[in-house]
Amino acid sequence: MSNGTQFDPPATGESLSATDMDWSPDQGGHITGADLATASQWKLMWWKFRKHRLAMISGVIVLAIYFVALFADFIAPADPNATHPRYTYAPPQSIGLFVEGQGFQPHVTGYKVEVDPVAIRRVFTADEEQIVPIGFFVRSEPYRMLGLIEMERKLIGPKEPGQPFYLLGADRLGRDMLSRILHGARVSMSIGLVGVAVSLGLGVLLGGISGYYGGWVDDAVQRLIELLKAIPTIPLWMGLAAAIPAAWSPLAVYFVITVLISLIGWTSLAREVRGRFLSMKNDDFVIAAKLDRASELRVIVRHMAPSFVSHIIATLTLAIPAMILAETALSFLGIGLRPPVVSWGVLLQEAQNVRAVATAPWLLMPGLAVVIAVLSLNFLGDGLRDAADPYSE
Amino acid sequence: MTAMDGTLQDKSPNAADPVLEVRGLSTHFALRQGVLKAVENISFTVKRGKTLCIVGESGSGKSVAARSILQIVPSPGKIVSGQMVLHRRRGSTIDLAALDPRSAKMRAVRGARISMIFQEPMSSLSPVHKIGFQIEESLVLHTNLDKPARRKRVLELLRQVEISEPEAAADRYPFEYSGGMRQRAMIAMALACEPDVLIADEPTTALDVTTQAEILDLIARLQADHGMGVMFITHDMGVVAEIADEVCVMFRGKVVEQGPVDNIFHAPEHPYTRMLIGTARKLEARAEAKPPFRAGASILMVEGLTKTFEKRTGFIRKTTVRTEAVKSASFTLRDGETLGIVGESGSGKTTLGQMILRTVEPTAGKVLYHGRAGGAVDVTALNREGMRDIYGDIRMVFQDPHNSLNPRMTVEQIIAEPLRNSGWSSSDSHARVKELLDLVGLPAQVMERYPHAFSGGQRQRIGIARALAPEPRIIVADEATSALDVSLRAQVLELLLSIQKRMSLSFLFISHDISVIRYFCDRVAVMRQGEIVEIGEVDQVCTTPQHGYTKALLSAVPHPNPRARRLATRHRYKTERTET
Repeated sequence: MSNGTQFDPPATGESLSATDMDWSPDQGGHITGADLATASQWKLMWWKFRKHRLAMISGVIVLAIYFVALFADFIAPADPNATHPRYTYAPPQSIGLFVEGQGFQPHVTGYKVEVDPVAIRRVFTADEEQIVPIGFFVRSEPYRMLGLIEMERKLIGPKEPGQPFYLLGADRLGRDMLSRILHGARVSMSIGLVGVAVSLGLGVLLGGISGYYGGWVDDAVQRLIELLKAIPTIPLWMGLAAAIPAAWSPLAVYFVITVLISLIGWTSLAREVRGRFLSMKNDDFVIAAKLDRASELRVIVRHMAPSFVSHIIATLTLAIPAMILAETALSFLGIGLRPPVVSWGVLLQEAQNVRAVATAPWLLMPGLAVVIAVLSLNFLGDGLRDAADPYSE
Repeated sequence: MTAMDGTLQDKSPNAADPVLEVRGLSTHFALRQGVLKAVENISFTVKRGKTLCIVGESGSGKSVAARSILQIVPSPGKIVSGQMVLHRRRGSTIDLAALDPRSAKMRAVRGARISMIFQEPMSSLSPVHKIGFQIEESLVLHTNLDKPARRKRVLELLRQVEISEPEAAADRYPFEYSGGMRQRAMIAMALACEPDVLIADEPTTALDVTTQAEILDLIARLQADHGMGVMFITHDMGVVAEIADEVCVMFRGKVVEQGPVDNIFHAPEHPYTRMLIGTARKLEARAEAKPPFRAGASILMVEGLTKTFEKRTGFIRKTTVRTEAVKSASFTLRDGETLGIVGESGSGKTTLGQMILRTVEPTAGKVLYHGRAGGAVDVTALNREGMRDIYGDIRMVFQDPHNSLNPRMTVEQIIAEPLRNSGWSSSDSHARVKELLDLVGLPAQVMERYPHAFSGGQRQRIGIARALAPEPRIIVADEATSALDVSLRAQVLELLLSIQKRMSLSFLFISHDISVIRYFCDRVAVMRQGEIVEIGEVDQVCTTPQHGYTKALLSAVPHPNPRARRLATRHRYKTERTET
């Protein structure tokens, strides 16, 4: 500034006023202090994500689902594969808190069985006489939590082992639906993770190559993606699943199914990564990094990657529900996982029969679990995507 | 044409009746962090047949003020108080502030009584409709002319805004128009219903100076014909001096000074006004601080540098479209010299700068760099390893301070990046970063901050510090000051001058703004359509330009002195290229 034209502005925000030689109008409302000035991208993302209330709630739900899946052995009141012919299609019980004469005593009631003479079918009614006291940390059959730790207690259950306790009813073989759903979460939720991990590898690798090198490599990868997207998925899966030998262990089948699902899943991720690469390649700060003598690897890893890692996380979160739905669909059709594996899709197979659904609508409960899990993951993914680029505004 | 005759009768040359009176207008934005008072208690009057200029830098609230008048303030903005009285031709008045933004009455005012033209004509025109259709739309909404009459009016309007062959032009799409033509089409739309007030929000900011001069001419001529009041929003004091009758200076949402243009320029009272005018005037001449130029040894020689862009379209059968961005450019940069490259958009000046550092590969030609060790290297023939050495000696300062700093790195990491990649230890580079920050006038505490904590001018300083880090010999600055407000621009130029004085640096300074070049450079090369049409000492080129294009470019620069308006008498360079 030359002499005589100096103009001292009134101080702006708190943080910059000391150092602010360009008095920048209208930034007063924007800068909220030294915290913001030194906030890294993850901090900014967290602040932005926190504002998205629905995503926050969904995030908590998703965490809870994974927690439950991890400790399903302990949380589930019964062994998911234990059959009780006496309680075939037993309806859900409700929990009562007080027992006459005994005061506070959480309990469920037992069942009275009558035979409906018209339909020739057993009908369960609550037996108010038969009180089944329940409690936390009750004794149970010995089991190994996560296959490692020997335990003899469950989080919740009847105080006396062997008494009926069906909070969500029982299925065709008298197995506890609640326990089965909790155990099913394990397979259904993790197949999403494993599937996404596989497609992440493929997607980032092929998308990155496609975007970085361009030219005929790009053309080839893009045409491959188009080809894969054009194949109808269900017939493809059916064909591939038919090739799995029936003698394979459920675990082997599980992994093969995962790979099958991710075969389709990687394409959209690859496109996302390619797009990021293409648009960022010409950003000034990437060119600047090149002019700062950074090696090619450093440009990619240090300068470009941090700006799309967050986007990738968001895309992944949105990809998991697709995987879960794919698993459910495949298993429901009987070409995915098969009993004795317990997954939400396998559980829903029981609900294929209209008659079964009419008599035991609680067989649809695994569907509700799928809906909750998929919705929460979608909302979480939306929130993450909005927060993924904290610098755009 | 009866309506127009009526207008002319209404307008008596001396009695400039007020047509729009704004009193005590306040527009606030309720943001999460608190209330942003974008416009606070401003008052001004637009008079029939006169031009009111609202001038201020970015964020001063001038655009919000204009949008408030039409009640098109973006959410969450709200007009909280004030009156905006529109005087209609028959003498009745209406307070716009009292109308509901969505009411039929307000809609009848918008586009009919008060029209607005915007900065970016491409984004304010619909890309999928023909120009003629878009002009016709406001006739459909506000008049009851039948179809043939509307068509006639559209053609008449296009003729008025000097678009050649209006019949054909009406049936073209916006993308077939050049920037200047689009702005003309926008003006035609705005004029369709013969408004009483035309609000022009930075209508020439996105245009080249020569096009700007033509648009300013056009607005002035139409104003004289139609007798409308013009409210012209700009940040450029030169434009204000050329066209204003009255001036309103805004700063942070408030009017700090207003009055007739001559008073504002020759007897400014508020220090902010003085600063704006002072900065604008300063760029009228060469920097005083600039030492007389001594010709040193040549350090960079560019010989016949050419870039042809090939665009291949089609999937099965590829067709190639060739564009010659730079045609055989040659010049020499000497040690300690500042060479300016000036040209309008599309002249190839940026491509030329990029080819020197090979961020764009040249099609032909040589760039000879005389290194410290002596002996010339042809930069265009170097491999990746060789280029890494060049990157330490020739550095670049970018135009956009927001995009050129990695938002995910701290200031220290950004500035130290070239040092780190040259094998400096972290303690050495820490000390060097401190030194560099001091050099560009930033305190050492900012090291751990991220770029988002800085304003545009400060970011540009960080970019300069990064460029200086490896002690370069040449700096290529591509429009380094263009994205900055006028006061910041002066500060950054000042900084570059002081750095040049302290270190022995040569600059290649690329800009579209000849006044910045004149202020800062020793020699200048004028580029037009990929060719260097004139090159020479700045003083000589600016006072006695040889090429017709240079003359046109120089005379189209608005002069910040209302007593010596010069756009009307400017030199026009007849282009062989037509504007479509």
